Amino acid sequence: MRQRVLPGFGLSLGYALAYLGLIVLLPMAALAWKATGIGLGGMLHLLSAPRTLAALRLSVGGALVAALVNVVIGLLVGWVLVRYRFPGRRLFDALVDLPFALPTAVAGIALPTLYAPNGWLGRWLEPLGIKVAYTPLGVLVAMVFVGFPFVVRTLQPVLASLERDVEEAAQSLGARRWQTFFRVILPMLAPTLLTGFSLALARAVGEYGSVIFIAGNIPMHSEIAPLLIVQKLEQFDYAGAAALGVALLLLSFALLIVVALLQRWSSRWAEASR
Amino acid sequence: MNPAVGRRKPGLTRRLVRLALILLALVFLLLFLVLPLAAVFVEAFRQGVEPYLESIRQPEALSAIRLTLLVAAIAVPLNVVFGVAAAWAMTRFEFRGKALLGALIDLPFSVSPVISGLVYVLLFGAQGWFGPWLEAHGVKIIFAVPGLVLATVFITLPFVARELIPLMQSQGSEEEQAARVLGASGWQMFFRVTLPNIRWALLYGVLLCNARAMGEFGAVSVVSGHIRGLTTTMPLEVEMRYNEYDYVGAFAVASLLALLALLTLGIKTLLEWRYGDELAAHAPGGH
Repeated sequence: MRQRVLPGFGLSLGYALAYLGLIVLLPMAALAWKATGIGLGGMLHLLSAPRTLAALRLSVGGALVAALVNVVIGLLVGWVLVRYRFPGRRLFDALVDLPFALPTAVAGIALPTLYAPNGWLGRWLEPLGIKVAYTPLGVLVAMVFVGFPFVVRTLQPVLASLERDVEEAAQSLGARRWQTFFRVILPMLAPTLLTGFSLALARAVGEYGSVIFIAGNIPMHSEIAPLLIVQKLEQFDYAGAAALGVALLLLSFALLIVVALLQRWSSRWAEASR
Repeated sequence: MNPAVGRRKPGLTRRLVRLALILLALVFLLLFLVLPLAAVFVEAFRQGVEPYLESIRQPEALSAIRLTLLVAAIAVPLNVVFGVAAAWAMTRFEFRGKALLGALIDLPFSVSPVISGLVYVLLFGAQGWFGPWLEAHGVKIIFAVPGLVLATVFITLPFVARELIPLMQSQGSEEEQAARVLGASGWQMFFRVTLPNIRWALLYGVLLCNARAMGEFGAVSVVSGHIRGLTTTMPLEVEMRYNEYDYVGAFAVASLLALLALLTLGIKTLLEWRYGDELAAHAPGGH
C-alpha cells in the first residue's frame, strides 16, 4: 500500500492506454476487419496464388537465413569487440549501430551502387559468377544489413559478464580452446543468440526500404511480400492488401513464438548444464 | 574491463587466431557497413561540389527537408509524453495486464513498416472506416501531412518508453516517495526528482526516436501519395529522384540523412560514454 504515496496512476495509465488504443489498437483492428472483407475463399485464393507464395517465401525464408547469418557474424564481431583490445575498437564498436541509424532508403540506394554488376563490389563478383543485385541474394544482403546490430548488441553485455572461471576450469581440465568454445561457451550463449536471432528476424521479415532498390523486384524471383502489399494498395485493392498484411503478420508472429519457445528450452538447458 | 589481458602469456597459435579473428571482423565491418556509407558521399559528389549544392537547393529538396523536420517535431514530442506516462505507470504501480501493456508498446517493432502505413490507409483512406466521413467534412489525412505524422508516430512509439522502463525499474521509487512525504506536490515531485533522474535516458530515447522519425521510409511511403513539394519527406525525395535516374540529386539528399545518422551515432556514443551509469539497463538492441 506504500505505492499509494505516489500520484498519477490514473492519469499516466489512462493516457498510455488511450494513446495505445488510438495509435495501435484501432488501426490494427481496422486491418483485421478489412482483411475479412475478402472472405475465407478470397483469402485462400490470394494466399495460394503463386506470386503471393513466392513473395512470402522470399520474405520469410530470406529473413530466416539473414538472421542465421547475423548470428554467426554477430558472434564473431561481438566476441572480437568484447574480448580483444586493438586500436580503433571504440570506433568500430560505435559503427555497429550504423544500420539502426542510417535511414533505410539511404541504405537502399547505396547497396545497388555497391552490388550492381558494374558497382564497386559487383564488378569483382560478376566475373566469379556471383550476381547479388536484382536477385534473392541481394534481398538477403539488405536483410543482413538491417538486422546486423541486433545480435552484436544483445551479445555484448552477456559476453562481458560471462564467468571466466568456467572457461578456465574447462581448460585446466585439459579442454582445448575450440573445445571450450563449442562445448562450454556456445551453450551458455545460446539463449542470448536466440534473442538476437528473433530480433533480427522480426526486423527482416517486414523490411521494405533497404530491400526494394537492390531487389529489382522481379515477380516470382526477387519480389518481397511488403512490396506486394504496396502494389495492391496502388491498385486500390484495400481488402487484398489487408489480407496479405495479416498473413505476413501472423507468419512472423508464429515464427517469433517458435523462437521464444526454443529460447525457453535452451536457457533451461544452459542452466542445467552449469 | 578485460581481466584476461595479461593474465597469461598467450601462445603463438592463440595470438595468430586472435589476429585472424580481429582482421576478419574488421574487414566485414568495413566492407559491409562503412562501404555503403562511403558510397553515399562519393556518389553525391560525383560531379563536384556545385551540382551537389544545386540539387540540395532545389525547392523540392528544401520542402522535403522542411516537411521531415515538421513531422519529427510533432511525432517525437508526442511519443516522449507517451513514453514518460507509460514508464511511470509500468514501473511505479502494480496492475493486472502489465505484461500485455509491455507487449503492446513493443508491437510496432515487429510490424512491417508497410503494414504500419497500411493500417492508417484502412482507417482514413477513401475506402477506409472514417474515409467517407472525413471526405464529407473536407479533412484530408491520407496523402497529407497528418497521415505522415500518424505513420511516424506508430513506427517510433516504442523508443522512449523502451529506454525509460528498465531504467526507472532499476532506480526504484524511494526518492519520489521521500519527496511526497516531505510535502511535494505531484508535479513538483515529477519535475524536481523524476525528470532529473531520467534526463539522460530520456535524451537517449529522444535521439533514437528522432533518427527513426526523420529516416522512416516504408510507412510514410504508403500514406504519402508522393505529391512533390507537399507530402514528400526526405527519404521519399531520395526514392523519387533515384527512380528518375537523378542519382546525384538522390545521393545528395541521402547524404544529408547519412550525416544525421552519423551525428546520431556520435551523440549516442558520447551519452553512453559520459552517462553510461545513468542509462544503465537500457534494453540491448531494442531499436
